[in-house]
Amino acid sequence: MSDPTHLSLAEARDALKSKQLSAVELAQAHIDAISKSRALNCFITETPEFALAQAQESDARIARGDARPLEGLPLGIKDLYCSKGVRTTAGSRILDDFTPTYESTVSANLLRDGAAMLGKLNLDEFAMGSSNETSAFGPVVSPWRRAADPDAKIVPGGSSGGSSSAVAARLCLGATATDTGGSIRQPAAFTGTVGIKPTYGRCSRWGIVAFASSLDQAGPITRTVRDAAIMLRSMAGHDPKDTTSVDAPVPDYEAAVGASVKGRRIGVPKEYRIDGMSAEIAALWDEGVAWLKDAGAEIVEISLPHTRYALPTYYIIAPAEASSNLARYDGVRYGCREQGRDVSEMYEKTRAAGFGPEVRRRIMIGTYVLSAGYYDAYYVRAQKVRSLIKRDFDEAFASGVDAVLTPATPSTAFAQGEKGSADPVEMYLNDVFTVTVNMAGLPGVAVPGGLAANGLPLGLQLIGKAFDEETLFSLAAAIERAAPKIELPQPWWREG
Amino acid sequence: MTIQAVPNKLISGATGDWEVVIGMEIHAQVTSNAKLFSGASAEYGGAPNNHVSLVDAAMPGMLPVINEECVKQAIRTGLGLEAKINLRSVFDRKNYFYPDLPQGYQISQYKHPIVGEGAVIVDVSPSERITVGIERLHLEQDAGKSLHDLSATESHVDLNRSGVALMEIVSKPDLRSAEEARAYVSKLRTILRYIGSCDGNMEQGSLRADVNVSVRRPGAPLGTRCEIKNVNSIRFIGQAIEVEARRQIGILEDGGAIAQETRLFDPGRGETRSMRSKEEAHDYRYFPDPDLLPLEFDQPYVDALRAQLPELPDAKRARFIDQYGLPPYDAGVLVMERAAADYFEETAKGRDAKLAANWVINELFGRLNKEGLDVTRSPVSAPALGAIIDLISQNVISGKLAKDLFEIVWTEGGDPKEIVEARGMKQVTDTGAIEAAVDAVIAANPDKVEQAKAKPTMLGWFVGQVMKQTGGKANPQSVNELLKRKLGV
Repeated sequence: MSDPTHLSLAEARDALKSKQLSAVELAQAHIDAISKSRALNCFITETPEFALAQAQESDARIARGDARPLEGLPLGIKDLYCSKGVRTTAGSRILDDFTPTYESTVSANLLRDGAAMLGKLNLDEFAMGSSNETSAFGPVVSPWRRAADPDAKIVPGGSSGGSSSAVAARLCLGATATDTGGSIRQPAAFTGTVGIKPTYGRCSRWGIVAFASSLDQAGPITRTVRDAAIMLRSMAGHDPKDTTSVDAPVPDYEAAVGASVKGRRIGVPKEYRIDGMSAEIAALWDEGVAWLKDAGAEIVEISLPHTRYALPTYYIIAPAEASSNLARYDGVRYGCREQGRDVSEMYEKTRAAGFGPEVRRRIMIGTYVLSAGYYDAYYVRAQKVRSLIKRDFDEAFASGVDAVLTPATPSTAFAQGEKGSADPVEMYLNDVFTVTVNMAGLPGVAVPGGLAANGLPLGLQLIGKAFDEETLFSLAAAIERAAPKIELPQPWWREG
Repeated sequence: MTIQAVPNKLISGATGDWEVVIGMEIHAQVTSNAKLFSGASAEYGGAPNNHVSLVDAAMPGMLPVINEECVKQAIRTGLGLEAKINLRSVFDRKNYFYPDLPQGYQISQYKHPIVGEGAVIVDVSPSERITVGIERLHLEQDAGKSLHDLSATESHVDLNRSGVALMEIVSKPDLRSAEEARAYVSKLRTILRYIGSCDGNMEQGSLRADVNVSVRRPGAPLGTRCEIKNVNSIRFIGQAIEVEARRQIGILEDGGAIAQETRLFDPGRGETRSMRSKEEAHDYRYFPDPDLLPLEFDQPYVDALRAQLPELPDAKRARFIDQYGLPPYDAGVLVMERAAADYFEETAKGRDAKLAANWVINELFGRLNKEGLDVTRSPVSAPALGAIIDLISQNVISGKLAKDLFEIVWTEGGDPKEIVEARGMKQVTDTGAIEAAVDAVIAANPDKVEQAKAKPTMLGWFVGQVMKQTGGKANPQSVNELLKRKLGV
């Protein structure tokens, strides 16, 4: 076999099953690719021994006809997922050399199904960012380059930038990611990959470092829609350790990938046609509409009137929850500690040294909006708007719409340092199309739609009804089939 | 509701009378095997940090999962307080930094508690009964414990208590004296112990009180209150209220104003000290805990718990009055502890209940108190006390001998009936023998006989002499009758 890293996850699965390839060969090919791709800075911790040991077990299982659903498939794990016995950082200095004694439920599910872990993927610190520039372990570089200025380092999106970059650069067959306001879908759109944020409650949050508990969801980033369906099936499921996880059967998502979309009603929300939307994005959206129409779907215009309040509302609720969730990083029990004269000074110095500027900013915003005298004006109002945003979607779905089609991001990826350095809001605007989905707790998938004139990928987003990921997979697959095939970048970054 | 000032509760100051107004927040540790949101043991004690789960230590990515038994205990307690059970309640985060609070927030219930308004009937004295309003009861996590004395330069934290379930029971400001406050806590503890939702052990910290105290002129609006934190005995609650009320009256009578603040009671010095002022108070930034769904259950769930509740003290007291004809105060004393009430009922079964109540309250409780023993550890069992009472009722022994017999059974054990037989403690009812003793005493004391004829109260002296002669075994009634006849008084 030529280069096993060029296989999709589904193809690799089939090649292993038919013994055209061994799990050790597959793991080794990825380990080699990772070791030559450190320029991208995708991994915070590489675990080649771990991956090879798992691959050996997989080969033994395949040999005795005892293969599990993901047997021998090497994956990257976002470093927000706690890994038993492997340093877990959340992209922050504050956790120092914290090594969990436990495995997150979702990654444990993947391991249970036979997947191998190649390492822990870089991310924005505590998943706060849209470009992977806030990581304490340095920014991740996208394998994509702009045609006009190939020397500019392009961001892979965030916060799951290590995941999207590693998948696009073929350093792993798929990766876990998390999405609080768009952190799966935006990086997928920026790198020409597929990313799905399932319905809130579909995957357990247990063992994933919390950012904003009411919004956080785990999901995969992969190179194809089918691969995402395969991974999500293993990741999802009820977990008694997370009371917000939902006890409902997990369907065979892969079966939905080839399903016909004939007669499905697709809503196109007029409010997403925001001021100053680039012609290129508008054109991509129109193309998406045409592709689904060609596949037999029916297109209807819908209204989601509270969309314009979604971003400001998100930037109240998410920091509020984060300010509380991050209080546990206090230097007392684990992670880094800076000495102080008394406990207050120890807290202050530890948290000042341990948290980066974006995390500090959000803790301050969150603390402010929850403070006495401001709580009603900010947090309570934001929750009311949140329920209105959810109601907008409920009404659209009640009117007979099966899914909603929007652009995934307002632009293509940008270069490091280009956005947000003067005004953080400029960075926050990246999430304008994605945050509504987290606010409403719905599933959303980003799927490549083609390349922009600058040579960078563009993505479309499909939003579904709660727990109807199957419809999203069938629609995303229809777009995938219709859209111009994206050739992933040649490995210009490789050393040796 | 306006509560009239009760004159005898007032405190007289230099410039007139003052009324003290008290409200209490009782923190009662829920009796359960596991903590409120984790599977770790909630048992008291244990080596430091031995009862700590990943959740209790707030490790990254850990999530709370409600322990249903704690919810049931809160509902049972709410029912015992005649309170409204809220079928939907919400857990909130109370945010503050402290090393014994690993999450950086306490999970509590702020706006929507599991239990709403209720009432507790409190017997303050044999002649005084008050009703204390309950504002609410909510569930919350306990914190760990900071240890500052293990090292000169470092502090240590024991997280064994971190996450243990507490019920905070908030009263309305319905209490008007230290005595009422003590009686209220005592009654609340009785109810909790009956239900089995809290062991009420104040020494181990299972029951702690925050006491809100203010003073005012009778009939005036409420004064500014101070909160005395974490008082851990009923006696100290009373003392803290008295010294705090005096302190406030002193300030007001000197023309000063009370500053709203949190204070600590120092039992050694008999004073309260400022802990933090209102300005220094934390901004807890409460908000609904997004890790937990609202707590919801239906009425049949509550009804099923109600059906399993034991007979509660007020109902038992009423039944004792009704069924056994006991005076209300005696009934109230007997029901203070469920085990004592059970002991009484076992003793009284098929016997003179009033006699049984007297024996339980006076002899048994007296002796138990003296030895600091719980009724469940009484050396004299209920059947043994019953047997002693039988011997009295059957005129086999006198009341005085019965006390001796009780003492023997207490210290040596054994079957009361056999002891009486073996030691010849039987009362002499043979009139012949008694008559002989009476005659002998009369014959030996002619002068006293003369005196007695003029002064019939001398009869008692003769009774004593006859009893002495008979070794206390003569039936006192027969002695009396015979003496009266023979002396002609």
